Amino acid sequence: MNRHYWLGKIFKGVMTYFIVGLFALFAALPFYQMVIIAFKSNADFNNPRENNPFIFNDPPTTDHIVYLFEQTEYLTFILNSVIIGVSVVLITLLFATPAAYSLARLTGRLGERLGILIFLVYLIPPTLLFIPMSQVVSFVGLQNSKWALVMLYPTFTIPFCTWLMFGFFRSIPRDIEEQAMVDGYSRFGAMWRVVLPLAVPGVLTVVVFSFMLTLHEYIYALAFTTSSSEKPISVGVTTELVRGDVFFWQSLMASAIIVALPIAIVYNLFLNRFVAGLTMGAVKG
Amino acid sequence: MSVAEQPKNPTTSAPKKERTWEYALDNERLLGMTLLLPAVIYIILLVAVPFFLAIAYSFSDATIGDQSLDFVGLETYERVIKNPTFQTALYNNFRFTIIAQVLVTTLSIILALILAQDFRGKWLFRFLILLPWVTPIALGSVGWLYMLDTLYSPIDYVLREVGFLANVEGKGEFVRSLTNILQDIGIVEKDTALKLNCEMRGTREICFFNMQWLAQPDTALYSVIAVHVWRMLPLSTIIILAGLTAIPKDIKDAVAIDGVGPIREFFEVTLPLIAPITGIATLFGLIYTFTDVIVVAILTKGNPANETQVLPYWAYLKGIQGTNLSEGAAIALFMFPFLLVVAVITLTLISRREVT
Repeated sequence: MNRHYWLGKIFKGVMTYFIVGLFALFAALPFYQMVIIAFKSNADFNNPRENNPFIFNDPPTTDHIVYLFEQTEYLTFILNSVIIGVSVVLITLLFATPAAYSLARLTGRLGERLGILIFLVYLIPPTLLFIPMSQVVSFVGLQNSKWALVMLYPTFTIPFCTWLMFGFFRSIPRDIEEQAMVDGYSRFGAMWRVVLPLAVPGVLTVVVFSFMLTLHEYIYALAFTTSSSEKPISVGVTTELVRGDVFFWQSLMASAIIVALPIAIVYNLFLNRFVAGLTMGAVKG
Repeated sequence: MSVAEQPKNPTTSAPKKERTWEYALDNERLLGMTLLLPAVIYIILLVAVPFFLAIAYSFSDATIGDQSLDFVGLETYERVIKNPTFQTALYNNFRFTIIAQVLVTTLSIILALILAQDFRGKWLFRFLILLPWVTPIALGSVGWLYMLDTLYSPIDYVLREVGFLANVEGKGEFVRSLTNILQDIGIVEKDTALKLNCEMRGTREICFFNMQWLAQPDTALYSVIAVHVWRMLPLSTIIILAGLTAIPKDIKDAVAIDGVGPIREFFEVTLPLIAPITGIATLFGLIYTFTDVIVVAILTKGNPANETQVLPYWAYLKGIQGTNLSEGAAIALFMFPFLLVVAVITLTLISRREVT
């Protein structure tokens, strides 16, 4: 019995690592390739038939990363993404936090329904709205400007973050603010000085996700920014560094991995909250 | 009352006089509306208005040059529907979404079951598996653009090394091309032959085989689907994993005491319990994949010959690049019925959860 037991256990362990390893390989291989290619020398890279693409056949070089920062608009793209991200985060906080509090506390049963309705707005994708949006953009005179994106991105960050904050506010017991009001705070004062400080983790989550959602967006940026001084990172990299049939593969791979990895690490830390938001808090992530 | 209005904690209290305006908001309804209204107005102005604008455009002949909304009835829709590229795009939207989602849901249940166990180094595997979701999809797609490149594809390199594709002439044997195998099992059409890449090295001509993944209709279709699977698998897995870890421990204990085998346990206990959350994960996957433009925009731009075209990118080409607003709007609106159906199902699932 013992021998079978141990054989079974070893078999199960091996199978676990084998299957999970296959999935991890599938998921991570493009990123591994990005890292390797980013540091490959031209001589090594340009012989794809004989040189193993998964390793360095010649010593690695940082030439292509230097090229990326010195000869392309890469830094501008990063800066644009940061400007857009920070602005959208501020707008989102300004609109979503009060709305979420209102839904969680003040409008009762109606609040819940309105909350779901607002969340549904998040499911209306930019790909459905970008054609008429081009007219909205030219109406306010923001053609070919990153500020057009600052105006448009809250259309999906506000609904999603309102929903996230709604969950946070609901988890704070009403007693706390009722006590604060007994202590003499106004209704608003109780919200501002007592409940909001307790919702700081929620606010932090909103900051991270608004920023992430702006980095993931593509079609608005593709349609409404045309000069390289206005493009955010995802569109800048894929339109300016991919020129016709001429690919600067090493710089291109470097440009993708340099921003992808930090984003991946931060997002990973907050992923469970994202999932809790998507699943309507039905399951604690 | 005036005593009660003074906060007990003197350090956080400002003089009452400065804060009297706050008490105007003591009316719960008024405060509620005041807080909610800005967000609602933002959404109405920039989601509802453009949505109705899109409908108006689709019944007009507006272009970026001439934005006047002349009503032309169903003329725009007629023109859009008659275009064979539109028909391919509409078909592809459903084809990509459904094939990708069947794979994603199946694979993510398997993966979630494995990740629900404890094993050494789990955090690392989890991090790697989540990478495709947590990095911007545009940048991940750039990685795949290289992986599937006509000349540099490292996948082709592996295929050449293991003998599925011919290597340097004379050095490697052309055993059997992957395409032949795929043809035999009916996955690709008969006429998609591999192309040779030949070049002169000194006096000797050397040839290499490449799959040219994105240059042939069949392989381009499967590439796009594969990248969609790659991208959606992590999210689905992590949602289902959350459902698995939420299964009450007494149920697991009861199953263990009853001595139910692992296969029966999965189908009769685990699967029914994770079915609702798997449903939610599937619905989100359907929405994200159906409306995604990035994978096609970066990998194929709808090529070869618009065989991998999808609705949102076709709307972009027509409406923004081709400056034909009315046709672009009409094309994009064809995604709406599907979205509506999925959203309604999602809502029903959620409200049922609330009752139980």
